[in-house]
Amino acid sequence: MKFVIAALLFFATAVQAAQAPGTLSDPALEARARALQKELRCVVCQGESIDESNAPIAADIRRLIRERIQAGESNEQIKQYLVGRYGDFVLMKPPLEPNTWFLWFGPAAVLVTGGAIAAMVVVRANRRAKGT
Amino acid sequence: MTAEIGQLSLTLALALSLVLAAAGLAGARVAAGISRQIASSAAIGLLVFIVLAFGALEYAAIVSDFSILNVADNSSLAKPMIYKITGVWGNHEGSMLLWLLVLALYTAAIAFAKRGSERLTSAALGVQGLLAVAFLVFILFTSNPFLRIDPPPFDGNGLNPLLQDLGLAIHPPTLYIGYVGFSASFAYAAAALITREFDASWARAARPFMLAAWIALTLGITLGSWWAYYELGWGGFWFWDPVENASLMPWLVGTALLHSALATERTGAFRTWTLLLSIAAFSLSLIGTFLVRSGVLTSVHAFANDPERGAFILIMLILAIGGALGLFAWRAPSLETGSAFEPVSRETAILTNNVLLVTATATVFLGTLYPLFLEAFTGTRISVGPPFFAVTFVPVFVALLMLLPIGPRLAWRKSEMAEAVRPLMPALGVALVAAAIVSVLADSHVLVAAGAFGLAGWVIAASLLDLFRRRVKTAAAFAVAVAHAGLGITLMGIAGTTLWRAETLSLLGPGETAQIGPYTLTMVRLERADGSNYAAIRANIRVSEGNRTIATLTPAKRIYPTEQQETVETAIRTTGVSDLYLALGDERGTGRYIVRAYYNPLAPFIWFGGAIMALGGLTGLWGRIRARNAQLAPNAVPAE
Repeated sequence: MKFVIAALLFFATAVQAAQAPGTLSDPALEARARALQKELRCVVCQGESIDESNAPIAADIRRLIRERIQAGESNEQIKQYLVGRYGDFVLMKPPLEPNTWFLWFGPAAVLVTGGAIAAMVVVRANRRAKGT
Repeated sequence: MTAEIGQLSLTLALALSLVLAAAGLAGARVAAGISRQIASSAAIGLLVFIVLAFGALEYAAIVSDFSILNVADNSSLAKPMIYKITGVWGNHEGSMLLWLLVLALYTAAIAFAKRGSERLTSAALGVQGLLAVAFLVFILFTSNPFLRIDPPPFDGNGLNPLLQDLGLAIHPPTLYIGYVGFSASFAYAAAALITREFDASWARAARPFMLAAWIALTLGITLGSWWAYYELGWGGFWFWDPVENASLMPWLVGTALLHSALATERTGAFRTWTLLLSIAAFSLSLIGTFLVRSGVLTSVHAFANDPERGAFILIMLILAIGGALGLFAWRAPSLETGSAFEPVSRETAILTNNVLLVTATATVFLGTLYPLFLEAFTGTRISVGPPFFAVTFVPVFVALLMLLPIGPRLAWRKSEMAEAVRPLMPALGVALVAAAIVSVLADSHVLVAAGAFGLAGWVIAASLLDLFRRRVKTAAAFAVAVAHAGLGITLMGIAGTTLWRAETLSLLGPGETAQIGPYTLTMVRLERADGSNYAAIRANIRVSEGNRTIATLTPAKRIYPTEQQETVETAIRTTGVSDLYLALGDERGTGRYIVRAYYNPLAPFIWFGGAIMALGGLTGLWGRIRARNAQLAPNAVPAE
């Protein structure tokens, strides 16, 4: 009996961790899945990505992503499928569409306007500095 | 009895805040000396009664007075004492009262410090009074923490376990000292518009308050990020979550304000703009508070769940921001704005800093609020997450950091670029060497990593040059160098963690091992580790490097029965340069648990840098106060 326990302990210490459930054995494909997960939103959570959510639906989508990756689909195809199912809401980076133009180009507009105003201020201040 | 004391104090505070607003604003007239005295006394009285009200709520929470609804809803007998004390601001009503307490503190500080002319101080007190009126009405009529419950329950519902944490306990007060601190510069800006005292004196009067606010906000954001890191269990430090963004916006505009106000003080440049930034910094603080507090972020519809609060919040925002902007539009054009400087000068540098910081604020503002507007008006739901900010916010900050070392070297009004940049050559050398070393050592993301570390090297080395060479003479220059170096250190942390983090997910039972970074993890045993108000399972994981055992880490998972919620207690081993981060996941099969392990190179630098930035601010504040005391002392030589 003691021998059995000792043997078990021996094997136990030598055993590498089992592959975590729900991960792909190919590291390259698994890395792709992880990267893709970060770009997708958990639709029932508050601002969490699929990658970092404990919600059951996030676990389902993690599984779905791996099945489709193994079936040979591209990241774009998988995203397309999920957008079809959940809408643009599922994408962490909103697509460039007429209703997101303001979002995407707003900051650039602020930069250009601000830069133009600043340039004007500098030109006037320079004129005054040279005038005196 | 406690509830009655609290209620009475709040009611009297409301009366005093009305007196403060009326007397303070009346005191803006030259002849109204009596009003100014009344305003000063009212400011002190307001603080006394709000401290009483806050104390009453604290007392009720400490003795577990469940006859008060707020305590019954948010506390429980088994909760540890420290969280009974700090849990007071872990809910809507209590946190609004804390907000008010900080406002009263700043108001009293304005009355005591008497910076600026008597009229200016009085008008600023009046504006603070108006803010206090609005918040007191809001608290008394929609968010009263002293409502009773009959019959009182035997035990309370407890506090959200995520909030039962020391980091998060001190996070809200720190953040509020920041948010509300901008009320002081807002009040001084409004006072300048009311009294038409447009010279640099208002900016000089408001400066210590701006600095105090900025320091606290820097610390608050750093603490919040650190809390998210160790408490949420995903190894991340910033999620571009709307709640985080809400605190980042006032910080960005507040940083712009600090720079712009400096120019206003020194040369009288950008007076109009500094007024506007003061209004913007506090407006964004208000928006931030209410975004988080109104529930509008969880869902647009949550806003409507409590229409009374929602409507009140909206009216208050419109009155405060609209009122200030209206006053600005009415009075500001009469400003004399004839500053004179050449294109190569500190003024231009500060203007560039402001354009970039305002653009950065715009990315965060749109990224946070645009989805809400889109959903409210069209019903379309979109998400704006980290990938959006990576392509909009990050480039703006890169530009800012590239230019940052040059700004402080330029002289006011007129400067020589070559002369200013020449002493920076060693810093450029450090940057290139850093980039070269990183591109040799890095095995992934080589280009981005070289760029990021080159940039960090540039900022840090330039700040060190400033520290150890000629410019260290004044406290102000010292403060600038320290704060800028802190930003560079944070950048290193962000770059290291983001680019080179390693993570493994493994299923471990006793005796099983996994690899992460340079470390081998061995699950030694799993055990129960219950606390007074939770049950917990704890893993003992041996960490070894090569054949040497270097630590035993104990990540755990807690279940809080009262609140019916689970939390992850991460275990972090830091060397100061990198973190090994373990989080315990779910049980799969019998006796085996999922263990998430992260190796985060340079992660500690993120918060270390934040603390250094705040330290830089503190140095500046201290220098200011010392200089003022020297001025006030008899026979003193004027400072600077």
